[in-house]
Amino acid sequence: MPKSEIVIRLGGEGGEGVISTGDIFTLASARTGYHVFTFRTYPAEIKGGHAWYQVRVGPRPVLSMGDQVDVLVAFNLEAYEKHKHLLNTEEGVLIYDPDEVTPEPRPRTVFYPIPFNRIARQDLNFVRGKNVVVTGVLAGLFGLDPTSLTQFITQRYKRRAELLDQNLKALEAGLNYAQKNLTKADPYYLTPTERVGRLVMSGNDAIVAGALTAGCRFYAGYPITPASEILELMAQTLPRLGGTSLQAEDEIAAIGAVLGASFAGVKAMTATSGPGLSLMTEFMGWSGMAEVPCVIVDAQRAGPSTGMPTKLEQGDLNHALFGGHGEFPRIVIAPGSVEDAFWQIINAFNLAEKYQTPVIFLSDQSLSHRTESLLKPDLSKVKVVDRIQPTADDLANGYERFAITETGISPMSIPGTPGGMYVAPGLEHDEKGHVDNPLASHEKMVPKRFRKLETLQKELEAPPRYGAPDARIGVIGWGSTEGAIREAVERCVAKGMKVAALHPKVLNPLPEKHLEQFISSMDMVIVPEINYTGQFARYLRSVFGIPVVRINKWGGLPFTAGEIQRKIEEVVNGR
Amino acid sequence: MVVSAIPLTAKDYKSEVKPTWCPGCGDFAVLSATYKALADLQLRPEKVVVVSGIGCSSRIPYFCNTYGTHTLHGRALPVATGIKMARPDLTVVVMGGDGDLFSIGAGHFPHAARRNLDILTVCMDNQTYGLTKAQYSPTSFVGHKSKSSPYGTVEMPMNPVLMALASGASWVARGYSGRPKQLQELIVEGIRHKGFAFLHVQSPCTEFHNTYNYYDARVQDIPKDHDPTDYMAAIRLAMPQEKTLLGVFYRSERPVYEERLRAFEQIKVEFDPDEFLSRYG
Ligand SMILES: Cc1ncc(C[n+]2csc(CCOP(=O)(O)OP(=O)(O)O)c2C)c(N)n1
Ligand code: SF4
Repeated sequence: MPKSEIVIRLGGEGGEGVISTGDIFTLASARTGYHVFTFRTYPAEIKGGHAWYQVRVGPRPVLSMGDQVDVLVAFNLEAYEKHKHLLNTEEGVLIYDPDEVTPEPRPRTVFYPIPFNRIARQDLNFVRGKNVVVTGVLAGLFGLDPTSLTQFITQRYKRRAELLDQNLKALEAGLNYAQKNLTKADPYYLTPTERVGRLVMSGNDAIVAGALTAGCRFYAGYPITPASEILELMAQTLPRLGGTSLQAEDEIAAIGAVLGASFAGVKAMTATSGPGLSLMTEFMGWSGMAEVPCVIVDAQRAGPSTGMPTKLEQGDLNHALFGGHGEFPRIVIAPGSVEDAFWQIINAFNLAEKYQTPVIFLSDQSLSHRTESLLKPDLSKVKVVDRIQPTADDLANGYERFAITETGISPMSIPGTPGGMYVAPGLEHDEKGHVDNPLASHEKMVPKRFRKLETLQKELEAPPRYGAPDARIGVIGWGSTEGAIREAVERCVAKGMKVAALHPKVLNPLPEKHLEQFISSMDMVIVPEINYTGQFARYLRSVFGIPVVRINKWGGLPFTAGEIQRKIEEVVNGR
Repeated sequence: MVVSAIPLTAKDYKSEVKPTWCPGCGDFAVLSATYKALADLQLRPEKVVVVSGIGCSSRIPYFCNTYGTHTLHGRALPVATGIKMARPDLTVVVMGGDGDLFSIGAGHFPHAARRNLDILTVCMDNQTYGLTKAQYSPTSFVGHKSKSSPYGTVEMPMNPVLMALASGASWVARGYSGRPKQLQELIVEGIRHKGFAFLHVQSPCTEFHNTYNYYDARVQDIPKDHDPTDYMAAIRLAMPQEKTLLGVFYRSERPVYEERLRAFEQIKVEFDPDEFLSRYG
């Protein structure tokens, strides 16, 4: 039976073009009308080391990167050795260079030996064109429309005529080779379907698009994997919008500048990864104390210390929730997918503005770097919130910047406003911001500040729920694992299991009412997360006092749906 | 700079908060010189932001009837950078101690200077840590005995003026709390200067390190024939000297950061999310 849902994995030496082959193939598939979901990982060094890229393509929405590999493209021997165990045992396809790899026999696998290196070196005299040859072969084999590939290559090299010519020839050579020398023996076809205008974006792209939509006009950051693309894209875009961006001298300066800009009345954001978040922590407390809004994106990577810069871990949740000295309200948000990242970062800005607190936005290496296809978000649904400012009345009657209110929110005047002068203090202060009687102030101000979270908690909507309505086994996840969890739960339900998942996006304050309802309707709660210690599981336990079953994975890679599914089945079957 | 219609006096910049400094603290002179300088410039209080870090000296924003931020130890300059980049229409003055600006905050200083943001940074140098009660500071002289250097410091003191010059500050001067009139004039000139202005003030701590007698005997104006546009001459004057020189060491014209960033303003467009997203199609 022909199949149009395929998981393709490409592996090879870092810098060999594995990632760009994957990207071009992904974009061409999406343009042909397919849904895509990618994962990439590469060595932290610039050249050398092993890189791989996985893309799952299908006619229906794809939620995760897929379990086993249907098509393995081995650029070299290492790639073959590293990934062969994942190759589909029923209908696998191995594409390899026979000059590099001599595969072991596999009864039900289709082998396509293609001398990539020889074609690039001898036929084309263009060693660096190997990846484009591979792209051509893939398009030829699976029937992707060559014109969209030609378009991409033309776009990419339009300013470099010679390279453009060589790359087009390489594409042609790959296509020809597939058509002339290979006999199609696999069941996979990506023939053009209805063309829907889908976007292909990475998590980092979506974060920038959403932030700018929310009104962010100041960005400061310091380069760090996997957040650097946010700095680069902001630096490219903000100046044209009358905004400004800063490559700061370090992360402390980055968040300091963000808070300065925000104090001055401009919506501002920074993005970093674990080590940078550590440096920003002192200022997180200042933001909470001085009630100056800010959005901090933490694209988590595997730690501790500098850890594994290009690998995934959901390891900073504790830091986001509890990091810092003293007690201050902070909002923590974790998006579940690329599209969700767009909407949640808008939410992050709105909540920062409304509640005048730091908002920590937890992306991670897989989400920041992976691409997904999505329909263009419905922009008519965008709501932008601005901080409340003192009225003329407030200003005329002895304005109090930190007025104690029922909601905990006080009007924030911005510099330039006559009569609104105040000092944003890191010291404990009274309603006016004066710091001379801290003991009396602290007693009143701590609850005032924390009331903001209570106000917000009441407003939180029900998180998305997946699976059986009458479920007895509940799965609660957070962050970028949403798609894999959803897919696993849906597979279990299809097998007749009474399983459902809840995926909260605001993690502090928790949507307690909704979680409680969910938890109390379950016999058992399972918490999958990509870390060793089960940070979210412990958090839920501390809030709800319930035992939970943990599913933990560490080692730098995302969950597959199959991994989660197997664990759920074990639990359901009482093992 | 925005000038007020009704003439403002020094009192208009004074807040209702009374300074908590020890009697005779050098910082009083800096504060009153600041009030007077703001009045000389007739800046509208709501258009001024005083930014500080942490230390006795860094309490100064509370005493000013302007906008202000009292940030974290050493972090005034990054916050000021954000304020000025976001709002070039505001007058931003950074004020803090030698420990604040040159110990914990030393990493930020050269970057603020080389960017040439249009701000004035005033360092109130008492060569000690006042707020934490008398440990030595990065500008303490060799041999200075303090609670944390009971046998005398063995570290070379930092030279803030030389550091400012080396970092690319476009206006560099020194004042002394014992010479309030000159201090006022220097603050006026520093705020007027378009670019990163750095004012080093010898501001004695009467409680832990009273150096009034030392400086009274040793301050001297920069020779009248010094040409402040001569960078090498400024560096020579900034080198350790027999006397503590007061006045303007260096002055130069260089495009300011926030304006160079805004060279794009002429093509300022509204953000169009629809168009932005289309590039991913
Ligand atoms: C991160 C951090 N470390 C240490 C301190 C304690 N601390 C407060 S002020 C200060 C030194 C102040 O010296 P200086 O900046 O020279 O100001 P002065 O009090 O002398 O005016 C120190 C070490 C702090 N507040 N924060
Ligand atoms: S301790 Fe020194 S620096 Fe601090 S207020 Fe007293 S005199 Fe001034």
